[in-house]
Amino acid sequence: MSVRIRVIPCLDVAGGRVVKGVNFVDLVDAGDPVEQAKAYDAAGADELCFLDITASHEDRGTILDVVRRTAEVCFMPLTVGGGVRSAEDARALLLAGADKVAVNSAAVSNPQVIADIAERFGSQCIVASVDAKRWSDGRDGWEIYTHGGRKPTGIDALEHAQNMERLGAGELLVTSMDRDGTKVGFDVELTRTIADNVAIPVIASGGVGHVDDLVRGVTEGHASAVLAASIFHFGEASIADAHEALRKAGLPARRAAR
Amino acid sequence: MTQYAEKIALIDYGAGNLHSVYNALKAAGAQSVEVTNDAHYVAAADRIILPGVGAFGACKDALFAIDGMIDALEQRVRGDAIPFLGICVGMQLLADQGVEYGVHEGLGWIKGSVTAFEPSDAIKIPHMGWNEISVSKLHPIANDGLLLSGEAYFLHGYKFDAADDADIIATTDHGGTVTAAVGKDNILGVQFHPEKSQHFGISFLSRFLQWRTHKETHPHIETLPHIETRS
Repeated sequence: MSVRIRVIPCLDVAGGRVVKGVNFVDLVDAGDPVEQAKAYDAAGADELCFLDITASHEDRGTILDVVRRTAEVCFMPLTVGGGVRSAEDARALLLAGADKVAVNSAAVSNPQVIADIAERFGSQCIVASVDAKRWSDGRDGWEIYTHGGRKPTGIDALEHAQNMERLGAGELLVTSMDRDGTKVGFDVELTRTIADNVAIPVIASGGVGHVDDLVRGVTEGHASAVLAASIFHFGEASIADAHEALRKAGLPARRAAR
Repeated sequence: MTQYAEKIALIDYGAGNLHSVYNALKAAGAQSVEVTNDAHYVAAADRIILPGVGAFGACKDALFAIDGMIDALEQRVRGDAIPFLGICVGMQLLADQGVEYGVHEGLGWIKGSVTAFEPSDAIKIPHMGWNEISVSKLHPIANDGLLLSGEAYFLHGYKFDAADDADIIATTDHGGTVTAAVGKDNILGVQFHPEKSQHFGISFLSRFLQWRTHKETHPHIETLPHIETRS
């Protein structure tokens, strides 16, 4: 078997607290990201993603504290995104214990930030977020959006993705803004269009409502990893269910966690 | 949890995820771990761990730039034969040379060179994620039960091509066979990240903390002939 398809739960964090609830039982404090990270670590998640959606830049210390406390008790790769604007922001997260940083809006307004981080800390630690929506004027393809999907940029998604790779991103987090939150499945055409045209791994994101959607992200979307939030948080599927669905489809996935 | 009282030196040469390795060693039972760039501390340590994240040349330059560090490592690891573990780029630095942004000399403790994955449609680069570790039962270090087969987390774009197959403890598969662990006497290197490999990684570190090395326990052992690793 080859490298396993990664199943990545994503937690939205604001002001040091998880924004959407999680219905894991036995959590001492269900709003504490560290408690939830521990539960996903124990459940055998392949990686974990924190998205810091704190509005103000002044609150950055809060996410650093969350990352630090998580890294003390979780022995799995941790990606942190949201508000990363410079190599200094990336450095602070990496020193706190993040393994990778996801760069979103800043990579659009100032693509050089990707090259800066790659040069200083290596490509392996940079995930470039590609938030894309189908062109609203009926053109083929997708347009890049920033600021949580609110701001169109006029930039073609595939061109942007290839630019991110060229600048040194080690991985792409491709989110369909059309599908995000809909639970009807990934936009596999978007995922595949990008995955087939870059050499680096692509994480499919946006729209998962069922573990079969995760499978299609790989079989039809050609993703190397699949990211989801609510199906895991609300107990509709466990990490083991996701791994099992992937294995049943003949894909490499991890065995049950011990 | 068993506690190990020996002095562990975790070498700080500015490369990445020191705190993750520190936390994992603590979870594995180490009591006294010093994150250090002090050659004197390294020269008196009972076990030495060289972590690494980033590019070969940058890591090598940073390590070699620390006053007295290479001498301390040579004396303690090659002279006194205390247990040594290199992780990821820390393992790759054991090679004679690395070819990443130019050709750079490594420590040369395990013969071989570090080269890029060949791009192909079949694989994504970097090699990122959990993958199977197949252990060669015939390597003395594997024979100690130090490294077991299982799934571990990898994250690298370059790989260790060992000159002598007898130095390979374990392999994985990414567009072909890839070295997952190398070892010789008291020197051990792993390409995967034990500090990110959940139970598999912590239990491996725990065994490393108890490991009696081959130079210590079997001073006259001869290198075994290479036999194909299990795939």
